[in-house]
Amino acid sequence: MRDRLGRWDVKYSPYLYVAPFFVIFGVVGLFPLLYTAYVSLFDWELIDDSPSFIGFGNYVLLMSDPQFWKVLTNTFSIFLLSAIPQVIMAVLLAALLNTRLRFPTGWRIGILMPYVASLVALGIIFANLFGPNFGLVNGIFELLGLDRVDWQANRFASHVAIAIMVNWRWTGYNALIVLAAMQAIPRELHEAAVVDGAGPVRRFFSVTLPLLRPTLIFVIVTATIGGLQIFTEPKLFDAMPGSNNGGSTNQFQTVTLFMYQSAFEREDLGYASAIAWVLFVIIILVALINFLLTRRIASAGEGRR
Amino acid sequence: MSFTAAAALVLAACGGDSGGEQSADGKIELTISTFGEFGYDDLYAEYERLHPNIKITPHTTGQGGPYHETLFTKLGAGSGLDDVTAVEEGHMSDVLAKSSRFNDLAEIGPAGVTPDRWLDWKYEAGRDKDGKLIGYGTDIGPLAMCYRKDLFEAAGLPSDPEGVKKLFESWDSYFAAGDQFVKGSGGTAWFDSASQIFNAMQNQLPTGYFDRQDNLVIESNPGIKKNWDQVTAAVERGQSAGLVAFSNEWNSGFKGSSFATKTCPSWMLGVIEEQAGPEHSGQWAVSGVFPGGGGNWGGSYLTVPTQSEHPKEAAELAAWLTEPEQQIKAFKAKGAFPSQVEALESPEMAEATNEYFGGVRDGELFVEQAHKVGSAQYKGPGDGKIQENAASPALQAVEQGRSPEESWQQLVNGAAQIAR
Repeated sequence: MRDRLGRWDVKYSPYLYVAPFFVIFGVVGLFPLLYTAYVSLFDWELIDDSPSFIGFGNYVLLMSDPQFWKVLTNTFSIFLLSAIPQVIMAVLLAALLNTRLRFPTGWRIGILMPYVASLVALGIIFANLFGPNFGLVNGIFELLGLDRVDWQANRFASHVAIAIMVNWRWTGYNALIVLAAMQAIPRELHEAAVVDGAGPVRRFFSVTLPLLRPTLIFVIVTATIGGLQIFTEPKLFDAMPGSNNGGSTNQFQTVTLFMYQSAFEREDLGYASAIAWVLFVIIILVALINFLLTRRIASAGEGRR
Repeated sequence: MSFTAAAALVLAACGGDSGGEQSADGKIELTISTFGEFGYDDLYAEYERLHPNIKITPHTTGQGGPYHETLFTKLGAGSGLDDVTAVEEGHMSDVLAKSSRFNDLAEIGPAGVTPDRWLDWKYEAGRDKDGKLIGYGTDIGPLAMCYRKDLFEAAGLPSDPEGVKKLFESWDSYFAAGDQFVKGSGGTAWFDSASQIFNAMQNQLPTGYFDRQDNLVIESNPGIKKNWDQVTAAVERGQSAGLVAFSNEWNSGFKGSSFATKTCPSWMLGVIEEQAGPEHSGQWAVSGVFPGGGGNWGGSYLTVPTQSEHPKEAAELAAWLTEPEQQIKAFKAKGAFPSQVEALESPEMAEATNEYFGGVRDGELFVEQAHKVGSAQYKGPGDGKIQENAASPALQAVEQGRSPEESWQQLVNGAAQIAR
């Protein structure tokens, strides 16, 4: 008897130990994922007693919906406008913080402050700064003799404004991650480069950057996932309070905002679920591309070493 | 401390969900949810005094937007709604479309509540297609026209009450005066936002976005297109300040004197006073002549969802809260404008004045406006959403330089999508 218990213990206990994760993942991760896929096959209103099965109807409709293609373009545009400058600035900031500064902790906390601030408060403040008529940014433009920009109406300008909001929040956070990686680079490598006669700029490009690659890939992948799901910034940027439109002609509506609008404003849960799944697939594709790039760059880096 | 607070929250949440059970002392608990300011705070205590067997638990939400989003989610979930649930006029069409989930107040409500208590149009808008009474009317927002006396004078327009009557006589004269004003003032806008004007005109039409069979008639109803053409033409002639209502820029627009007229429901006077600030005191005036007759913007209804476990008691409370005496008390407390004939005739209304607007007898003025509102326009399911999420952005696009024809197509497509 005791023997058998012992055998069971060895056999099943490990599963019990890991079970909590899988149970929780199943309930809050896997089930919603699959249920969303199920709902997306129905014409399902928010208040609906008998949703009707329409197969891939929602997906077909979505592929021919000009609003979807517009918001997808917006999403990628805002993503590129935020991710690229963000990573470059994060690396430069990290390089600056890596030099010998007074009060290093103070500076590091300083660049993390935007990340701590409430996103909603930031959204409201930035929407005010970029107000077309009474905003501070246009006031400064006017002082400098530049033309006023309609940050709401102009599609590209609105993307820039939202990207600035995103960058303001995330650059410092990424800079700290890059800084940690920078400080892990062995001193000997730099010393060897100095002996070989390399200046600080040459050392940055030939020693620091190559060794940062794995960290940069991590930063880029997380920025991708976050960037494709931007929601709060465009929602609060809209002049119309509470609006989900992303501007008068959806000029800065993102895919997640469109999904939210479909679900809770138009109360079309089936359609919103279809959007959720398409976005899910897009993110997986982009992440896959990133993963393949990582492998190539990592192996290339090894070969050179 | 924080634990007790959290526990209290959990308890409160449970109380809300249970929808009014018999509490330990044998009292019936009624829950009621409202948003913004209804002016009911003192009335609950009074009702509890009058009905010792009732305990009222009020839930208040600040903003109407999230309040109604939650309301429809709970309606869909089939639980969580309070015994008495307030619904704003703009969302009433969606509630009436789901009227099977609400009690017929004519059936379960107290017998003494008769239609003639309310203004006709207010009562009618609380009934569904089959005539079921879904909501008791609370407050209303009769429309008048607010205008800047000083800006009118500077632009060479008449500014006294008699003089402006001619300008506000009809929409034609209103837009004509707008041209004159824009020219005379050197380019200051005539009104704040195109959608504010368009919505007022839309609500004056005999048929709205839907006919009584719930068909979307936006393209076959010539009145809508005519209004559209008139408003967008005025925008192209520089009459609109292009400020989205209730946005930060709109608020700043009052201080910055960006426009000269404002469609003004009774509750807007307080908004103007707050946004324009003391430096503009006495410069604003309000006229009882409104282009195209009258209109209403805002006001609410009290409903009793079928989820309620004590529908009779809930209906009784709702009926009491909307009685004339209580409406006057709510008016005095928070300025909620009464919708009941008897309340409108009371001396309290006749005596009310507004110092910010040059001491005008605003109570009397808005009572008159309330009687000018035509019969209630039938609002099909999604009507309010089309107004807010299709018409307003399309008009904003025109203000941002898009062609009126292209934007009209945007409105038609958007409306079709909402009605789908």
